[in-house]
Amino acid sequence: MSLDKEQVQHIAMLARLNLSDEEYAESVEKLSKIVDFVDQLSAVDTTDVVPMAHPVDAAQRLRPDDVTATNDRDHYQQNAPEVVDGLYLVPKVLE
Amino acid sequence: MDMHRQTLTELCAGLDKGDFTSVELTQTLLDRVAAQDEKLNAFITVTSTEALAAAASADKARAAGNIGALNGLPIVHKDIFCTEGIKTTCGSKMLDNFISPYNATVVQKMADAGAVILGKSNMDEFAMGSSNETSFFGPVRNPWNLECSPGGSSGGSAASVAARLAPAATGTDTGGSIRQPAALTGTVGLKPTYGRVSRYGMIAFASSLDQAGMITRSAEDAARMLGVMAGFDERDSTSIDQAVPDYLAGIGESIKGLRVGVVRQHSDEGLEERTGARAKDAIAVLESMGATTVEVDLPNIDLSVPTYYVVAPAECSSNLSRFDGVRFGHRAENAEDLLDLYCRSRGEGFGDEVKRRIMTGAYVLSAGYYDAYYIKAQQVRQLIADDFKKAFADVDLIAGPTAPSPAFKLGDKVDDPIQMYLNDIYTIGANLAGLPAMSVPCGFVDDMPVGLHLVGPHFGEEMLLRCGHQYQQETDWHMACPEAFK
Repeated sequence: MSLDKEQVQHIAMLARLNLSDEEYAESVEKLSKIVDFVDQLSAVDTTDVVPMAHPVDAAQRLRPDDVTATNDRDHYQQNAPEVVDGLYLVPKVLE
Repeated sequence: MDMHRQTLTELCAGLDKGDFTSVELTQTLLDRVAAQDEKLNAFITVTSTEALAAAASADKARAAGNIGALNGLPIVHKDIFCTEGIKTTCGSKMLDNFISPYNATVVQKMADAGAVILGKSNMDEFAMGSSNETSFFGPVRNPWNLECSPGGSSGGSAASVAARLAPAATGTDTGGSIRQPAALTGTVGLKPTYGRVSRYGMIAFASSLDQAGMITRSAEDAARMLGVMAGFDERDSTSIDQAVPDYLAGIGESIKGLRVGVVRQHSDEGLEERTGARAKDAIAVLESMGATTVEVDLPNIDLSVPTYYVVAPAECSSNLSRFDGVRFGHRAENAEDLLDLYCRSRGEGFGDEVKRRIMTGAYVLSAGYYDAYYIKAQQVRQLIADDFKKAFADVDLIAGPTAPSPAFKLGDKVDDPIQMYLNDIYTIGANLAGLPAMSVPCGFVDDMPVGLHLVGPHFGEEMLLRCGHQYQQETDWHMACPEAFK
């Protein structure tokens, strides 16, 4: 196994994913397989190769800094789990 | 001929002649969906009321002489496209309660052209899968054999078109998600050049690879749809500002003199023999029509799958960080604190494959590994793109099999991610290099359809469509209909 349970726990925390014990066991096995599989890239000689930035070699487009969109907060917040007075509610972060 | 068996092009002519109205056509197809989809599970949402209302206004517009390119034609949208006021789930529990507040550009453009939406099609969760088995809403079944997968991730779109529930459907393709299900269901699937069709309102998986396209029953139908879907969109920062040609104009021209490349390096390991033979037969048909074949070198092509499984998960882990249980989507109950809210909402809302890809991405992007994996993969990706560029100096397109085998049984590959990933071995290269590519039906193996894969240079869609259409003038594989859905 190229990854152990501790590493997978660290990755799951980075990804903000809660996993069950069963899921951890399966993830150690399957993520190890995937990491072993993509490790074949390390054998490729990529000296002086510039990493791809865009598949069609396009540059980032810029636009004038004009106001183009209007605030439609109430409409968007119809999908929010919990809202009060236009504010998204989350568990208390400060005591 | 029965309405449901007609292509988009034939239906268009029927509406023009007044053989039937859009309301009649839409009702016929809605009845078919109601009667048949229980077997397939191709739809997540059926929008009967909206469809009939849209059909009625299309009929009214037609009577007034306002006839859009898709006026009154019923289609299905993959449930990855945001549809205003209609549930948009992306095949996930995470978005099971999400009513999109706006339309994707593709959805808007098609609505403006008069298209009628029959519903939203089932798909692998967040488009991550090659068999449609990762959907929260259950797997889609292949109309050619209900025990088999229709492929994925646009499996619901492919199955609904193959089963004649709809003449055409939208799809998205990040590593083969339009072309592989098209091959496995005997339909036509086109993934355009990266940036040709707007990604605005298309729920993001891997933004440098994702591209919207369509699944249809003929290349001519694909040309008709692409003309509506393609074009610059200032709301998509990677959209390309280039004029949209009339894709139907040149498809009738001969392919005499077309140079067809056959890749020397494609490993035949894992290629089912008869599936490879059908593709060779199809290339022989192109030769009989005046095309010439040339062997081309893509020395790094076998690295495309490992490259993809670094780049795509990396982008997926970034894109899917927006699902936090706060602003929209699934939210865990009784969270202790903010971290607990994030971790449990995501842990509960995402399925196994999505979690796996998010974690793979978080790993390859994490401190100490970024250069070894992500930068390395983007370098190999450049090598693969350079290989294609060199090949296209000598050929007009590259042809081969779309998938290494016909449809596999549901459950067969679900436990081995690497085996599942290798299903996309022939299709992934086009995504890495941003190239347009298409699958057209080219025969059967054990009564299951297989596809011919055509890859073109950037913005080579006209040539791909012409080649596909000309091939379909000589062959009738695309006309075959699964017995149970005639």
